[in-house]
Amino acid sequence: MMAERLAPPPRRIKLLVGVFEQETGLLAAARAAREQNLPVYDAYTPYAVHGLDAAMGLPRTRLPTVCFFCGLAGLAAALAFQLWTATSNWPMNVGGKPFHSLPALVPVSFETAVLLASLATVLAFFLRARLWPGRSPVSLANGVTDDRFVLALGPAVTFDPRAGEVLRQHGAVEIREIEAAP
Amino acid sequence: METRPSELAVAPVEAGGHPPEWALSPHPPLVDGEKSLHQVTEDVVSPLERFPGPAWYAGFLLSAAAFLLGVILVTHEIWTGIGTWGLNTTVGWGWDITNFVFWIGIGHAGTLISAILFLFRQRWRTAVNRAAEAMTLFAVMCAGVFPLIHMGRPWLAYWVFPYPNHRGPLWVNFRSPLLWDVFAISTYFLVSATFWYLGLLPDLASVRDRCKPGLRRTIFQLASLGWSGSGRTWARYETVYLLLAGLATPLVFSVHTIVSFDFATSIVPGWHTTIFPPYFVCGAIFSGLAMVLTLMIVARKVMRFEAYITTRHLDALSRLVLLTSCIVTLAYLTEFFMAWYSANPYERFAFLNRAAGPYGWAFAIMIACNVAVPQLLWFRGIRTSPALLFPISILINLGMWFERFVIITTSLHRDYLPSSWSLYAPTYVEVGTFVGSFGLFFTCFFLFCRFVPMIAASEIKGVLHDGRTPGPAAPPH
Repeated sequence: MMAERLAPPPRRIKLLVGVFEQETGLLAAARAAREQNLPVYDAYTPYAVHGLDAAMGLPRTRLPTVCFFCGLAGLAAALAFQLWTATSNWPMNVGGKPFHSLPALVPVSFETAVLLASLATVLAFFLRARLWPGRSPVSLANGVTDDRFVLALGPAVTFDPRAGEVLRQHGAVEIREIEAAP
Repeated sequence: METRPSELAVAPVEAGGHPPEWALSPHPPLVDGEKSLHQVTEDVVSPLERFPGPAWYAGFLLSAAAFLLGVILVTHEIWTGIGTWGLNTTVGWGWDITNFVFWIGIGHAGTLISAILFLFRQRWRTAVNRAAEAMTLFAVMCAGVFPLIHMGRPWLAYWVFPYPNHRGPLWVNFRSPLLWDVFAISTYFLVSATFWYLGLLPDLASVRDRCKPGLRRTIFQLASLGWSGSGRTWARYETVYLLLAGLATPLVFSVHTIVSFDFATSIVPGWHTTIFPPYFVCGAIFSGLAMVLTLMIVARKVMRFEAYITTRHLDALSRLVLLTSCIVTLAYLTEFFMAWYSANPYERFAFLNRAAGPYGWAFAIMIACNVAVPQLLWFRGIRTSPALLFPISILINLGMWFERFVIITTSLHRDYLPSSWSLYAPTYVEVGTFVGSFGLFFTCFFLFCRFVPMIAASEIKGVLHDGRTPGPAAPPH
């Protein structure tokens, strides 16, 4: 009891949520909302809706940069390690070939680069998108993993009459006010 | 951009002023029967929510029995030694390495479908990519078994990894193609598994959201990592998917290239050729596509997915089989031409012996199955008939297995020293181990059909018409 009373109240934000049956409605509503300077909190869709990132005005993701540099790191690490073992730590004379014969080191360097780039990109994606085992999904409406398209406007739009109007105009079948953890 | 409802009814217009892709497509729809989004979820997920039919149990038990046979024989082989196999000092690689190359090759079609066709924007891949990627994973697992047991002392298998040890440290030989294999195949398996799991996330979330609270829901909750279909996540997800496809494409080429280096860097006549990397990669994709056909023809029938894996999909796969068959044929001809043109007596002998020597029958099977049989696929009637495609796909699988057997055994059994010439025949242990690898493959595949959405529902939804039809008209603003 005591702990419950002392704990700070969880920060909640108020969202206005519109549920659509068609991606066309969702896309148009997201565009209209941004045209009227209404903040778009997020959208929830059963599949990757083409053009949704532009409609929501999302910035470009920096994951390709992560991918490139992790691949480069993998390449450099594998090359350095192979050269170190072949030339300094335990040089071996294989058929009189030079110790630092680069062509022989290409396959392992390439594979390590691909491995590190792939795994690091996916890991970075999981961290950035806040996906991990045990995390409970954000659930603003039923059916977003089935056949519903949801547009959440907010924060601070619930008092704005334009917000409800935008959702209604573009064919939202259900409009609700929801409190969500940010 | 102003859009009027009357226009929308004819060709919907996106923000950029272009009609969306599906409205312009001259092709028939990718899914039969005008499915709705919800129907797709229902069709894909509901087989996981009920008990499977007798066909599934029969298939699963048969596969598990074959797998058990493999386990028993591998245990016997490890317990007694490699002497239980028919290998000898001349033919040191037999069925074991044949099976290894065969299984690795099967895997390659999965990556072709999931990564390369994705980069080429071939949207028909959505129906088959999940199952084809699963096939890749299971095939690579089967492939991995063979070098492991071929080592003879598999309990020391960790010696293939460069870890600090108290033997110097004595590092692995980074110039050996066999070590490149270790890196290529472990990378291939890990990247394929990651790619597969990434694609699975949205569908795992679909299953989760249909579960009643309980153990099943908890498992899917953990596995789906809290996926909520957020637009921000989808945008990043698509970027990551594209990046992984871009990485997996050169990876799949590198893997079979490196497998072919196992042979090409040696000085054995019949192996020591520069054509091997493209020849092997193409052969791998050829055999893998045949296996995809085999699996899809059965799965669409058993799981009742005919509306998703349509005859148009089988047609598209068959065209790829035909193309790769022609490239493989060209490679066979090139090899023979180069053997003659090189004027190298050893090379000439190797190829004459391959076609007319003691293993000429194997060569004949290879040519019949890989060159002659696929020519039937020039006919559309055959390409769209599952009943005719099924035996063809089985024959191609057989032919591609014999291709590896021919390359490995006929090149080894007549080496430079006639006194060491020898023949090779497998023992029951080798045959049973091969049967066991099929058992492992199909056991995994049956479990996959039962516990994981077999079709990428979230990708199928992206190619449907439902969800894109203009809803209640938006007034001009």
